[in-house]
Amino acid sequence: MKFISSLSTRLAIASLATVIITGAAFAAGTAATPPRNDWSFSGPFGKYDETQLQRGFKVFQEVCSGCHSMNKLAFRNLSQEGGPRFTNEQVNALAATFMVKDGPNENGDYFERAARPADLWPAPYPNKQASQAANGGAYPPDFSVIAKARTYERGFPNFVFDIFTQFQEQGVDYISALLNGYAEAPAGFNVPDGKYYNVYMPGNVIAMSPPIQDGQVSYEQGADGQPQAPETAVQYAKDVSAFLMWVAEPHLEQRKEIAFKTLVFLLVFAGLLYFTNKKIWSNVQGHA
Amino acid sequence: MSGPSMYVPTSAFGKWFESRLPIVGLIHSSFVVFPNPRNLNYLWTFGGILAFMLVAQILTGVVLAMHYTPHADLAFSSVESIMRDVNYGWMIRYLHANGASMFFIAVYIHMFRSFYYGSYKAPREILWILGVLIFLLMMATAFMGYVLPWGQMSFWGATVITNLFSAIPMFGETIVTFLWGGYSVGNPTLNRFFSLHYLFPFMIAGVVALHIWALHVPGSNNPAGIEKKSDKDTLPFHPYFTVKDAFALACFLIVYVWFAFYIPNFLGHADNYIEANPAVTPAHIVPEWYFLPFYAILRAVPDKLLGVVAMFGSIAILVFLPWLDTSRVRSGRYRPVFQVFFWLFALSCVLLGWLGAKPPEGGYVIASRICTTYYFAYFIIILPLLGLFETPKALPASIADSVLGKSGTAFAMPLRAAHEPNRKA
Repeated sequence: MKFISSLSTRLAIASLATVIITGAAFAAGTAATPPRNDWSFSGPFGKYDETQLQRGFKVFQEVCSGCHSMNKLAFRNLSQEGGPRFTNEQVNALAATFMVKDGPNENGDYFERAARPADLWPAPYPNKQASQAANGGAYPPDFSVIAKARTYERGFPNFVFDIFTQFQEQGVDYISALLNGYAEAPAGFNVPDGKYYNVYMPGNVIAMSPPIQDGQVSYEQGADGQPQAPETAVQYAKDVSAFLMWVAEPHLEQRKEIAFKTLVFLLVFAGLLYFTNKKIWSNVQGHA
Repeated sequence: MSGPSMYVPTSAFGKWFESRLPIVGLIHSSFVVFPNPRNLNYLWTFGGILAFMLVAQILTGVVLAMHYTPHADLAFSSVESIMRDVNYGWMIRYLHANGASMFFIAVYIHMFRSFYYGSYKAPREILWILGVLIFLLMMATAFMGYVLPWGQMSFWGATVITNLFSAIPMFGETIVTFLWGGYSVGNPTLNRFFSLHYLFPFMIAGVVALHIWALHVPGSNNPAGIEKKSDKDTLPFHPYFTVKDAFALACFLIVYVWFAFYIPNFLGHADNYIEANPAVTPAHIVPEWYFLPFYAILRAVPDKLLGVVAMFGSIAILVFLPWLDTSRVRSGRYRPVFQVFFWLFALSCVLLGWLGAKPPEGGYVIASRICTTYYFAYFIIILPLLGLFETPKALPASIADSVLGKSGTAFAMPLRAAHEPNRKA
């Protein structure tokens, strides 16, 4: 115990020293800047595109969920307002295809039962260690808030403009670029065994193999008998990124609606106060 | 808040109550008839804005605490369930998180107003020192609040900042262990930070009461930096300044809402949406924006202990500011040479903020050292000498003169007539 405690103290001090001396020495300098996409949910009146979220969910379910958990998503969320808006019947049917562990019952036993809409999305692995063991030591991160947990540096003066343009989509841009960002490593760049070179990954080395190819997921057909959207890896990446954004920020639509109403109210209120103030001060010498 | 109240209750109950607890009279004399310099500009509205922000932070914070779980294994999850499952939980949390930033924006404007107009000078030294104390408490509160979501930046920020205390000779390690409640940042740290994060705002509220009390003894400073001499120089707090403050607050709230509801994560760090992991150090450990200038000062000094001393010294030196500034003229408006040094000081603070977010290497370190040197030189060398050598411009004879002279309007109407109807003494 003594050893462990002194070790952790030393670790903490070492990390402090690292921070102070080297700081952000290994910044994401080598990673390329993800291209900007046109997202339906960007800007002051942004809203999620329901059909895009439904497609993104399909990509997540068929491709990503094999390795990545999404611990904060409940089945019921999939039918809630401001989300993919699956019908309650669809959500009930979807949940019923999963078995979850429950209990203890009155006999003290744990048992398996079909999932209900109130249940959380079951994780692919029982624990983190199992996920690492199955993925060559790398831990596939949970997807609940990943769209907000990833970004890239905007730099001066862009970060100032972002205040006014409300650019908040670095995370989704990064994810959708990353999914198709695999390339041959440049000469002299050493990619460790079992890892891959990715243009957008900080440090350029990623443990995830290229996750998706053209035609891998079939989309619902529209009225014309064609798929709703092109069944290409680029489109898959966009759709699943949009879905991840919704999972990370499920109340975004409500937030932006309230923002607009509040701003209109405050502008009118501030205007009234401005004229009230002007009137009050108008009879004071030297004040306009 | 000082002197006997002129308030006379009209109702029988009012008289009965006032003779037992003269609190209505206190409010009346402090916030209704209180004579404020008539020439205050909009920089003087930030005191009221700060009072509003303190209340807003306490209210949103109390609601958050109803849903938050201060445990290392559950904190991150509980914050996420506030964001998802608590009705309007996202709104409360985003208002609280961005409210901290707005609080600091307002306090920095408030402080720089004092720097420029010499509000810290006699007879307002105690008022100023209480302000420095509030600023310190705010920093501690904000730091501990940022730890509570228990994300990566929470955890590593807490590790870096608490480790600063290990630089203290002899007792450093003991103090750090005491702060942590163990041998590394962990559950006991989170618990005590939560407890103190809930306590400190009420301590701030207490010091704010003293701050306002100390303010109401000499009254507000003003852009001319001269004391009020007669009733011509002042206007009653209500309605002139209540409405003006309300208008400024409404404008401020527009900015607040823009950040909290449109770009709620702009001022935060993406890494804090990753749950704390003691085994993985983030590539960048960066404090919140409002600590960046002090972080830059810390890293500008090559020696750890001296860096910590410089960082804390950069705040502690503010306590001595009333005596370091030797000028007999209060307002920067009448100090042409001071203005140059003041704006350089403001620039160096902004630059330090930018440098605090940059890696400490190459030109950034050199720039940090130049700015840090200027920061301290401003207080220790420039302000003391400037007061002795600078020739200030002529001061107006009174506050009223400064207003009327500036506007160019002649004495067309007696001043008293202008505001007499609003006086209900």
